Amino acid sequence: MIRPTQVPMREQDPKERIHNFEEVPFGYSPEEAIAEAERCLQCKRAPCIAGCPVQINIPKFIREIREGNFRAAITTIKETNNLPAICGRVCPQETQCQANCTLGKKYEPVAIGRLERFVADWEYANGVEIPVVSDPSGFRVAVVGSGPAGLTCAADLRRLGHEVTIFEALHEPGGVLMYGIPEFRLPKRIVRAEIENLLKMGVELRLNVVVGRTITIDELFHQGYHAVFVGSGAGLPKFLGIPGENLIGIYSANEFLTRVNLMRGYLFPQYDTPVKVGQVVAVVGGGNVAMDAARTALRLGAQRVVVIYRRTEAEMPARREEIHHAKEEGVEFQFLVNPVRFIGDQGKVAGVECIRMVLGEPDESGRRRPIPVPDSNFVVPADTVIVAIGNDPHPLVPRTTPGLQTTPRGTVVADEEGRTTREGVFAGGDIVTGAATVISAMGAGKRAARAIHEYLCARYGKKEG
Amino acid sequence: MHRILRKRVLGPNLVELEVEAPLVAAKAKPGQFLIVRLHEKGERIPLTLADWDAQAGTVTLVVQMIGKTTYQLGQEYHVGDAICDVVGPLGNPSEIRHFGTVVCVGGGVGIAPIFPIARALQEAGNHVIGVVGARTKDLLFWLDRMERVCHELYVTTDDGSFGRKGVVTEPLRDILSARRVDHIWAIGPAIMMKFAALTAQEFGVPITVSLNPIMVDGTGMCGACRVEVAGQTRFGCVDGPEFPGELVNWDLLLARLSAYKEEERCALEQYLAVKGSRL
Repeated sequence: MIRPTQVPMREQDPKERIHNFEEVPFGYSPEEAIAEAERCLQCKRAPCIAGCPVQINIPKFIREIREGNFRAAITTIKETNNLPAICGRVCPQETQCQANCTLGKKYEPVAIGRLERFVADWEYANGVEIPVVSDPSGFRVAVVGSGPAGLTCAADLRRLGHEVTIFEALHEPGGVLMYGIPEFRLPKRIVRAEIENLLKMGVELRLNVVVGRTITIDELFHQGYHAVFVGSGAGLPKFLGIPGENLIGIYSANEFLTRVNLMRGYLFPQYDTPVKVGQVVAVVGGGNVAMDAARTALRLGAQRVVVIYRRTEAEMPARREEIHHAKEEGVEFQFLVNPVRFIGDQGKVAGVECIRMVLGEPDESGRRRPIPVPDSNFVVPADTVIVAIGNDPHPLVPRTTPGLQTTPRGTVVADEEGRTTREGVFAGGDIVTGAATVISAMGAGKRAARAIHEYLCARYGKKEG
Repeated sequence: MHRILRKRVLGPNLVELEVEAPLVAAKAKPGQFLIVRLHEKGERIPLTLADWDAQAGTVTLVVQMIGKTTYQLGQEYHVGDAICDVVGPLGNPSEIRHFGTVVCVGGGVGIAPIFPIARALQEAGNHVIGVVGARTKDLLFWLDRMERVCHELYVTTDDGSFGRKGVVTEPLRDILSARRVDHIWAIGPAIMMKFAALTAQEFGVPITVSLNPIMVDGTGMCGACRVEVAGQTRFGCVDGPEFPGELVNWDLLLARLSAYKEEERCALEQYLAVKGSRL
């Protein structure tokens, strides 16, 4: 008899957790994991795999969990995914693997993400096996950025025997995994551990190097790198372009989350970077970053946090789980509302003047386009505003790399395998797609690693190290 | 880690540091800045490059001790000690070419970053007029260096303890009234740059200023450093730090600089209560 619903994952009580930055879900116990694994139908056709951007052999690793072979399960996952503890936490499984789950047609789909997380955490507790690295190829590859795309690309290239150096602009590696995603959703010890493993494989990491300023792509080639992967990710935050956007108290989500996550602003003054949150915080946007910012603001002591989103809940790009968590924690939502100007008081933000919206015809994204309702303006009082409406691609590498073609949006032009218009330069992740998910950046890093390997073999022939 | 190779006290709460940073030194150009983080719990602060030596692999910073981090750097970091992170060179370099006659205005600690710009302008064949000023004589520094690269140098102090009594905009106004000037650079406190820009505007002379908004990452990611130039939001770290002075919204810059005033005061008070002021 198949259990129709997923084995629930225990979580911190919302009343407790809004006072701390500890992770919200506790993860499955071995018994819970095995019970959930037993729900898997082991479909021959395995539609779940097609939904996975890195094609994990999902039925196989679930079967291994069911049989209690946790080591075999994690080995299966790691054949195609180097960062399972991260993916198990932040992947939008409900729109990927789990959306295709056969069981999901009648019941709740198998909780693939929770199972992935379970075996990844099990491995941490029981000793991580460092992947075997092939004999030296004699080729050197520079990876720009240590976010999900760069880490994945670096790991795959290293496994193939290439000498890999990652260049990171910030003082800590991990990119958005470090500065963007909060501790309560992705504990930083997990990111650090994954990076530790990469270093154990022999990947070199150079922090505080801003490619495009400290060194250019051309100079990397001159220094003897045979290929470059650009995974420099998201850059400057987008703002609304409405009056008052530079009033004090208006943050981009990037700034707010960087102050908290990377700089530990919540521990000011023990840590030197302050972060200021008022009584009432308005968060503009409907994605995961908006949810992260809203929930972080609550944890920093805001009395009231209101998310302002111009469409309805159904169109929100955030994961359902994140919206659910935010609601449980007391975040309020104002749907079909768009800011038209920020109201200031002595240079500081005091409110957001908004206009009500209705949904019209679908736009190019397939979502119904929001249209303003005339004369429906009203004010949401707020002493802090966090704008979470996305980022432009990071500008420095495109600006300083001749021959690297970009789109009018500023993203780097690259094919499915990450080949750019410049020979030997590959790119993937947000720098190519614009803001997307961790797993899609990882998928891009993976495909690019394969393409770089093929390029090196074809261009230079097989070298002995 | 970046070792401090040389340290010199220039005046009250004013130090000059030579720091190991070979990658930065190799690429540094006038007008660019660095991000410095002293230690694991430190904040990232932008400091404008005062000088560099590509061969020795070092950069020179002049630091005015005004907040916790700069106090800590100024009085707790000595020769042989290491700074955790130094990132750069960041921002766009100054536009250096032959303009004709140029004025380089440096106010307070802004004398340090104006120096390499004046030097490059002189090397590019310009007639360089230097105008530097400080509150009082003890806060003036690098007059010898400025003298070497400027064809003329005018010095002011607010209290008249050295040079002309008054502020830098006064000699600037005299120069602009007396002769043709093709371009002006001004670096210093925001309020000084604002008045230098207003003065330049009166005479219709283009002026470049170096803005110092609050930054967090400093590399084009967080958007803390936004400024308004010609009515548009721009980002100090990647679009600047230099902008045409006549187009800057100074009041907004000044307001945004005060965003964390309370926290800055609290951090400094706590620091001084424990460590005291030793310079």
